[in-house]
Parts: sequence; C-alpha cells; structure tokens
Amino acid sequence: MASDRKVDIQTHRLSDDQYQQNFSDVKPALTAYQAHIESNRCLYCEDAPCISACPTRIDIPSFIQKIANNNTAGAAKTILDANILGGSCARVCPTEILCEGVCVRNKDPEYAPINIGRLQRYALDNFNPSEHPFQRLPNSGKKVAIVGAGPAGMACAHHLARQGHHVTLFDKNSKAGGLNEYGIAHYKMQDDFAQKELEFILEIGGIELKTQAELGHSVHLDTLRQEFDAVFLSLGLTKCKRLGLEQDNLSGLENSLDFITDIRQAEDLSNLPVGNKVVVIGAGNTAIDIACQTKRLGAEQVTLVYRRGVDNMSATHKEMEFARQNGVAIITWARPVSIFTNNKHQLIAIQFERTQLDDAGKLQSKQEHFELAADSVFKAIGQEFDGQCFSGSEAPELLHHRIKVDSDYKTSLSNVWAGGDCIYHDGEDLTVQSVEHGKQAAYSIHQYLEQQSHG
Amino acid sequence: MADLTNNFIGIKSPNPFWLASAPPTDKAYNVYRAFDAGWGGVVWKTLGEDPHVVNVSSRYSAHKLQSGSILGINNIELVSDRPLQINLDEIKQTKKDWPDRAVIVSLMVPCEEQNWQQMLQRVAETNCDGIELNFGCPHGMPERGMGAAVGQVPEYVEMVTAWCKKHTRLPVIVKLTPNITNILLSATAALKGGADAVSLINTINSITQIDLDTMAGAPSVGGKYTSGGYCGSAVKPIALNMVGQIARNSETSSLPMSGIGGVTTWKDAAEFIALGAGNVQVCTAAMLYGFKIINELCDGLSNWMDSKGYRNTEAFRGLAVPNLTDWQYLDLNYKIVASIDQNTCIECGRCYSACEDTAHQAIAMKMGDKGKRTLEVIESECVGCNLCQITCPVPNCITMEKRETGKSYMNWTQHPNNPFKG
Repeated sequence: MASDRKVDIQTHRLSDDQYQQNFSDVKPALTAYQAHIESNRCLYCEDAPCISACPTRIDIPSFIQKIANNNTAGAAKTILDANILGGSCARVCPTEILCEGVCVRNKDPEYAPINIGRLQRYALDNFNPSEHPFQRLPNSGKKVAIVGAGPAGMACAHHLARQGHHVTLFDKNSKAGGLNEYGIAHYKMQDDFAQKELEFILEIGGIELKTQAELGHSVHLDTLRQEFDAVFLSLGLTKCKRLGLEQDNLSGLENSLDFITDIRQAEDLSNLPVGNKVVVIGAGNTAIDIACQTKRLGAEQVTLVYRRGVDNMSATHKEMEFARQNGVAIITWARPVSIFTNNKHQLIAIQFERTQLDDAGKLQSKQEHFELAADSVFKAIGQEFDGQCFSGSEAPELLHHRIKVDSDYKTSLSNVWAGGDCIYHDGEDLTVQSVEHGKQAAYSIHQYLEQQSHG
Repeated sequence: MADLTNNFIGIKSPNPFWLASAPPTDKAYNVYRAFDAGWGGVVWKTLGEDPHVVNVSSRYSAHKLQSGSILGINNIELVSDRPLQINLDEIKQTKKDWPDRAVIVSLMVPCEEQNWQQMLQRVAETNCDGIELNFGCPHGMPERGMGAAVGQVPEYVEMVTAWCKKHTRLPVIVKLTPNITNILLSATAALKGGADAVSLINTINSITQIDLDTMAGAPSVGGKYTSGGYCGSAVKPIALNMVGQIARNSETSSLPMSGIGGVTTWKDAAEFIALGAGNVQVCTAAMLYGFKIINELCDGLSNWMDSKGYRNTEAFRGLAVPNLTDWQYLDLNYKIVASIDQNTCIECGRCYSACEDTAHQAIAMKMGDKGKRTLEVIESECVGCNLCQITCPVPNCITMEKRETGKSYMNWTQHPNNPFKG
C-alpha cells in the first residue's frame, strides 16, 4: 500500500436535493386514510401478544381500536400512560422483534403484521392537547436526583413528577435527551423531535433540568445521596469498546456514535466530511446506522465487516435488509488485524483475517487475509459502561461491568436506583427497554419515599 | 352451461336480474347503460301524476362499519320528478330498442279508482311488460296518502290491486312494504286483489346516523332530516325472512315473488330463489359499484348452478322452503360442537373472548412455550352456539361438528318440560 496515498474525505459530495432526500423521514407518518385502513386490520386479540412483547406493556389493541373509532386523543393517552416516550419509541423501536414480531397477523399464511409502530406515531403526531394529559399530585416534599436525561431518566422523572415528587434531572451534555438527541440515525427521528418530546415531558412540572452537569466532575454521587431523598442513575454506556488497533495520532479510525452525533447535530449535512471508501466494523443496529448514513452522505463504497455469521448479528433482519437496500456491502466471518497508514498518519487501508468456528464453537483464524482500502473505518463493536463517574464517591456494585440492580432496579447503595443501558439486565439495550426501567424504578422509588413519609 | 333465462309471470328476460325501481332506472340514459351492461330487466322508477314531485338536495346516507364497508344506505328521494309524458315516451322507446329485456313500470297514484284507470291506460301505450304497484315507499309519499300508507293497510292493498287488474291486461306486481308487523296480511291482500305477483321488500324506515356536531341526522337538508328508506346488504336477512314466510304459508305459497333486499352477490340471489323467489331485483349494489356487477352476478350464479347440476333457476327455486319451520319443531336432540383447526389457528383468542365473556366458557386458552397459545374447545361445556365460529377471522378454522347423542328426534311439542304438551 503506497504510503503517499491520499485520503479522500470530502464535504459536499451530493447536491442539496440529494441530502434532503437521503435524510428525510425514512418511515414517514401515516396519513389519516392509511391509519384508518391499518387500524381496522387489527383483530383486537384477547390477551394480545403484542402487549406482552412491548417492554412498556402498552395496551396496543386498545389504542388501535381507539384510532379506528376516531378517538385519537384516547389512543394517545393510552400509549403515553404506559410509555411517556411513546413518540420516540414509535420511531426507533425495532418493532419487527417486538410487538409486530408477535402480531397474530404475522403468522402463516398472511405474514403481514399490523403496522403498530406507525399507528403509534400517528396517534401521537395527531395529539394536540390543550394541557398536559397527566396531572401532577400535590407536592410531596421529596426530592429525587436523576443523573442522565436519556430515555430512562426522562421516563423516571415524569413518573416521579406525576406522584408529586421534585426531580432534578442532570445531564452531562448541553442538550438533554441522551441517545434520542445524540445517537439515533438522522432519518429515524426528525424535526428536533427529541427536544420536543423532552419539552412535553417537562410540562408535567416539578422537573428541574440541569445540563452540562457530569457525574464525577461537577456532580458527585455521594453529595447527591446526601442532598436528595433518592437517586436514579441512567448513565448510559459512554465508553467505546476498543478494537486493539487504535494508535496515537492516527486519523481515520472513528467511533460510530461520535459520527452519528455529528450527523444529528449538523446544521448543514453537506458540510460534513465523509470518506469515499468506508469500512464499518460490527453488526449491531449502530453499525447499520453508520453504514447507511455514510452511504447516504455520498460515500461510494461502504462495507460492513463482521467477525461472525449473519445469524449472530445483533441487528434485526429488517435493519440488515435496509442496509442492503442502501447499497452497503456486507462481509461476514472476518476480523480486523492491522491497519495501514500513509505518511500523514492517515488510515488508508485495513487488513482482515478470515474467521471460522473451531470444533468447540470458538472463533478462530482461518489464516487467510485480505485488505480493504478505506478512507475511514468506523468502530461499531459496542459501548461499555464507564465507572470513572463514581470516582471520589462510594460506587454501586457492578455485574458484568455494568451496574447491578435488583428486580426493583435498586442498586447496592441504600438510596440509589439505576436503569437504562448502564445496568446489567436480561433484555436488549433498547430505548423502549430503558423507558420501562425508568418507569419501574420510579414505582419503586415512589414506594420507598412513601414508606419514608409514613415510616 | 346453466340456462339463466327467466320467465316471471310470463315476463321474459335473459337473466333473473332486474334493476329495482329506484334512481338507477330513473331515465332512458341509465336504463340503456344497464341493458348494455347486461341486466335482464328494469322496473322503471315510479311514475306519478303530473305535476311531478320535487326532490330535495341531499338524498342518501349510509350506515358503515368502522372499517368503512357499507352495511346499508338510506334515501329520501321521492318518485320520479320528471313530467309523466317524458317518462312514458322514454319507456316506449326503450322497449322498442330492447325488445328482449323486461321493462316494468312502477306506479304510485292517489287512492281513487279513476286516477289509476287513467294512469293505466297511458302506461299500456308504452308496450311495457307489466306494472309494479309501489305500496312500499316509506318516505314522503305516505304523508300524501300514497306508498306505504296504502301498503300498511291490507284492505287498501286489495282494493287498489283489484282496480288495477280491472283496468289493465298487463301483469300486476304488488310491491310490499316491510314496515308492518306481519307480511302475510299484505301478501294475502294482494293475492285476494288478484295480483299476479308480489315483490318484496321495499325499504325500511330508518335513521342511519346523527352528526354529533350539528345534531342533525343524515341525509341532512339544511340541518333538518327525516326518516329514510333503508336498503342494501343489511336488509337482506329481513327480506329473506319475509320471502320465506310467504313461501311457506299455504295460502300464499303459490303467489309468485320477485325478491328484493340487499342482493349484492350471486349467492344472495340464489338464496332468494331457493326461498321461492322467481327472480330478484337489485338496486343498492348497482348504486355502490355500478352496472358492471351484472357480470359477476350472472357468472357466479351460472357457475354455481353448473357445479350443482341445476339447469335453470326453476331447478332449485324453493328448495330451501320445506326446511323452514317453526322453532317448536326443531330437533332438541341434535347436537353440534365447535372444533378448532390448530393448523390454521392464528391464536388471536377472539373465540376465547366471545365464549368466556358472553357464552358458555367452553374454550380454553392455554399458554405454551415462546408465547405459543393454544385455543381448545371444552366439548362438555359447548352448547354449539356458533359464536366462536362467527368471531373467528380465519375462514374454516372453526367448524361445527355433529355429535351423535344416541337420542332420537324430539321437538318442543314432545318435550316433557313443555307445559302445553299434548
């Protein structure tokens, strides 16, 4: 590989129209007519499987029935009562593995589930209440600190505020919203929706938002535990896993989430530099998001490389299909072993070795190698919990490198609860899952605060 | 191939499908289009005396399912609002241009013999095939002593029918209103008056809906509304029942019937014929889908007749009549139970909801691995009500199976619990 090879990373690869088209809503809202047709397809099942498949247990048949009989406000309230972030979940949930995956109309011979996600979005998009749909109970005099204003934190805050508690919601970023604001593919959530949803949640009252307040820096757990009656940690996974090929001063090897954030926050997508040849390492939904978005920013060749096979990928089949439709090439059974740079320390290519499973089912090298020329390589191999935030404070117990909680989302520390991606849990790391953690933790915190009052 | 040609009280048509007297048969233009499409006959929209009536704007409204499918529509249109002579001239020309099709003229005239006599003389000059007496129209005209106001009084039905038979040689069909308690009274009256046939049913008094913003019903005429005549699929069961009652009544069983009421598909038509109707009349289905449905009506009926070996409609006409009986003669020892085909069941649980909440708790919903649900019939609890089969969204997934009880036929008249048992 020639060490003087120039890296092709450029802005303005596309026309304004193309940017517009490539980053418009990938799953636009249903029209009233579409919602009418779709809602009437619902069979209104007994003990419907879609409800159990939803981590937040939204009464789906009930809200769909309400849409069908022109009671959109009732539909919206049914959704929000179970999931105050129903609007973002409608946009980002992998419904194909949740509610729609178990819809009885998804069975043989029809294989056409009700479009639950889009009906949910329809109900909420068309909900314009004159006042916040939930009422806050009289002030309880109790104070709760919530650290991390992502989906889990926001859900927890709303449920606690409903019960009359005072919530202070801390977030390290300049904008609240967590991954909804910074980590969702641009075309999945548009029009500043994360901020609009946040505003809606804050309407309940009793929630004080403090941004640019990072745990372990300007805020400390020990202090919070003293100053507040309870603390809920929804810290997310902020550390990118390492590939083992990282080098100082190297440019061209990027963290996917950083670039996803750049895309979300960009005022003008055409000013965002993108490589012509892009390699993505990983096979989760983040890998799909970065691969599709770089392609849509004008990269000519985007290749997703995964060390195992298609069946092992954590991205859903629908996401994989979306990647293929976007022209992303997918290579399985290969892992990166070394990178090539030019004389400016810019990455110009990456070498992979082919992999296979040995007899014991362990991944091993096949001793075959190949190289892919690349202007940028994105790591999408997962995020880790960063325990640094507890420095100087008593830290809660961890389990598998995440915060350990019991079934009530309580940590090992006396008045500290946790939820969202930062805890070790059975489910997947999904927005909707985090919302449920926040909700359940709020129930538990509320119970604790009640006992304190009456104890 | 089945022969669909029809001979109804001597009136011949290439198939048993006539368009009923209604907006689709209002004028020659529509009727020509209908005949072009293949309709066997028309009953021309009801003629009245001059000066012609005046209609309102906003005339129809619908009763829809939540899904948007139309169950039925109603209308508040009156009889023809065109000058009598224009209608008569068009009818004459139509019959001349379409000699093989049935052209019947519907009439509504004030209840005076001389009025009917004069009208019948003018109608006879059109060379039409017959007349139909509109004794059924439930809206507007009864306020003027016509339509259902006549049809609801058996004595009037008989009297006017008799006048018509006296003053015309044309076959006389009496159209009956369903807005009565016992259809046999008016059918018997028509028979006594000498009617060649009856046609039924006319539309049913109805209010289809209320606009909750304006608090006016539909069709709304400047915020006011009135009862309209209900028709379409929803009225078919009511019509079939009335046709069946006439067919199985010894006094009226020989009275030829033209079946009307919600005929939408060939199967609906076959059902009317199986209950004794000599032909059928269609209106709402044509209004909702256009005249082209005649293709599906004829083709479907013909193919079904071929599959059954019926060479013409007479071959199966009335075959369902002998099985229509009084409740007291039904076999109390006949037993059926529900059976769920596990291979086609999609596990929606609708049958369970229906049975558990509103019937006999005869279906169990068992939870298995990976969310698999199994719906099973508890035969000992099943009374064979059919509700689960009705609610099931999958065709033929739930079937009702006969179970031998080992007991012989026993009806209510023979049952020990009957206090009036002989």
